[in-house]
Amino acid sequence: MTDKLDKVPAGASPAPAGVPPEAIKAIPVRHYGRWVAGVVVVALLALLGYAFSQGNVRWATVPEKLFDSTILSGLWHTILISVASMALGLVLGVLFAVMRLSKNPVTSSVAWLYIWVFRGTPVYVQLLIWFSLALIFPVFNIGFYKDEMTDVMTPFLAALLGLGLNEGAYMAEIVRAGIQSVDEGQTEASHALGMSQAKTMRRVVLPQSMRVIIPPTGNEFINMLKTSSLVVAVQYPDLLRAAQDIASTSFAVMEMFFVASIWYLILTSVFSVGQFYLERHYARGSLRSLPPTPWQKIKSNLLSLRSDQSGGAA
Amino acid sequence: MTPMVKAEGVHKSYGAAHILKGIDLEVNNGEVFCLIGPSGSGKSTFLRCINHLEKINSGRLYVDGQLVGYRQKGDKLYELKDSEVAAQRRDIGMVFQRFNLFPHMTALGNVMEAPIQVKGESRAVARERAERLLDRVGLADKAGNYPSQLSGGQQQRVAIARALAMEPKLMLFDEPTSALDPELVGDVLDVMRDLAESGMTMVVVTHEMGFAREVGDSLVFMDGGVVVESGHPRDVLGNPQHDRTKAFLSKVL
Repeated sequence: MTDKLDKVPAGASPAPAGVPPEAIKAIPVRHYGRWVAGVVVVALLALLGYAFSQGNVRWATVPEKLFDSTILSGLWHTILISVASMALGLVLGVLFAVMRLSKNPVTSSVAWLYIWVFRGTPVYVQLLIWFSLALIFPVFNIGFYKDEMTDVMTPFLAALLGLGLNEGAYMAEIVRAGIQSVDEGQTEASHALGMSQAKTMRRVVLPQSMRVIIPPTGNEFINMLKTSSLVVAVQYPDLLRAAQDIASTSFAVMEMFFVASIWYLILTSVFSVGQFYLERHYARGSLRSLPPTPWQKIKSNLLSLRSDQSGGAA
Repeated sequence: MTPMVKAEGVHKSYGAAHILKGIDLEVNNGEVFCLIGPSGSGKSTFLRCINHLEKINSGRLYVDGQLVGYRQKGDKLYELKDSEVAAQRRDIGMVFQRFNLFPHMTALGNVMEAPIQVKGESRAVARERAERLLDRVGLADKAGNYPSQLSGGQQQRVAIARALAMEPKLMLFDEPTSALDPELVGDVLDVMRDLAESGMTMVVVTHEMGFAREVGDSLVFMDGGVVVESGHPRDVLGNPQHDRTKAFLSKVL
C-alpha cells in the first residue's frame, strides 16, 4: 500500500491517510428577520400576560378548585360519556361502512341515509331531540318492556345516543376510506386461499385499514372529549356542568372556566400520547423500522451524548 | 383420467373489450403447463378464470372434473354460493405477480393464516407445516420477518409457501418473476422447478422462456384472446409454425 501511495504524482495531492479532511469553518448567515419576529412575538405575549394580570381574576381559586370533588365527579362523567359515545360511534361506524360498501342496494342506501342525516344536522340539535323524545313518544313500549319515556331517556342515554349516533356517521366515512385504501390484491389473495368474504374482511382488510383509520379516529376522540361539553344541554353532570354549578354559587365564573379548560387540556394531552402508541402498533409491517417512542429517543440521545464525550476525550 | 383443467370455448369480456375469444385446452395431472404471449393476449385473465377470480361469459371451465363457479342441473346453470366458490378455491393455489402477501403478518403468519382460518387447523399443526414449507423455499431463517423486510424474491417464495400450505392439487402462477430484479428471479424459479419435480400440477403464465423450455411439459402461445399454437415447449419455442409465434419469439428470445 505505502509504496503505491509513494508513486502517486505530487500534482494529484492525495488525502494523506489517517488525517481527516479539514472541516469548513464559515461565518453563518445572519437571520435578522427572525430576531425581529421573535422580539415582536415575545412582546405581544407579554402584553397578553399583563392584561390578564390586571384582570379581575382570583387566581388562587383555580388550584383550590382543581381537585374539588364536584369537579372530579364531572371529570369522571366527561371521560365516561366520551368513551361510551366513542365506542358506540366506532361500532356503528364499522357497521355502516361495511353496509355502505355492500353490494346490496338496500343496505348501502340505508347507510347513506344514516350518514346524510346524522352528519348533516348539528350535534347540539340531535342531543335536544333525544332528550325531548318524550314529547312525541310519552310511553316507551317494545312489547316485553314498557315505561314512561321520561324515565327511560335519562340524561346519560340522551347524551350517549346524541353523541354516539353523530359520531357513528363520521366514523362510517373514516372506516370506509380505510377499507377502500387496502389494495385489491389483498382481497384477491385472501379469496384465492379459500377465505370467505367475512374472514377476508376481519383478518385481512380491517387490520390493514387500521393504519389509515387510527389517526383520524384519534382526532375524533379528542374532538369528542371537547364536544361532550354540549351534554350540559341534556342535564348530564359533566365537567363543564360541574364547573358551572360551582361558579353559580361561588361567583368565580371565569376561574371555574379556567379549571375546566385545564382539565380538558390534560385529557386531550394524555389521549394524544395514547394515540401515538396506537398508531405505532398498527404501523407494524408497513414500515421497515418503527418510529422511536419518546422514551427511546431520549435514551438514544443520551447514548449518543455519551459516545460524543468519549470521542472528544480520546 | 380426467384432466386437471379443462376449458371448452371460454369467452370473457369486460364491457365492450373482448379478452378471451374461445379458449379450448386441457391440463393433465402432474403437468407443468406454460402460457406465453404478448401482454394483453388474455393469458393472465384466463388464469384468473380458473379459480373464478374472474367470471367467464360463455363456455365451460372444469377443474378436476368439477365445473368452476357453477353447478349444472339438466341444461341449466346455477351460480355457486360464495362459500361454495371458496371451497373450490381451497384446492387451487395461486401466486401473483405482485406477491400480495399480507403485510401485517410475518412470513410465518402469512403461511399459517389460511389453514387456521379456512380448515380450522390448530395453531401447532399449522405452525409445524408452515415452518417446514418456509424451510423448503429456503427461508427458514426469515419466518419472523414482515414482508416489508424481505426482498421481492423472498416475498414471492413466501407467497409460494403460503399457497402450498393449503395443500392444493393445482397451482396457478401469474407471471411470478415479472416484478423481480433479474438477480432474484433464479431463486424463485428454483423453487418452482423443485415443485414441478415433486409432481405438482402447475399452470404458469410466464415470460421466462428458459424455464418453459426446461421445466414445461406443454406450452400454449396466446395472442388476441385465442390460442395460436400449442405443443411441447421444445417444439413450439424451437420450431414455431405460426408467423405470430415467430414474431413474438424473435422479440423475447
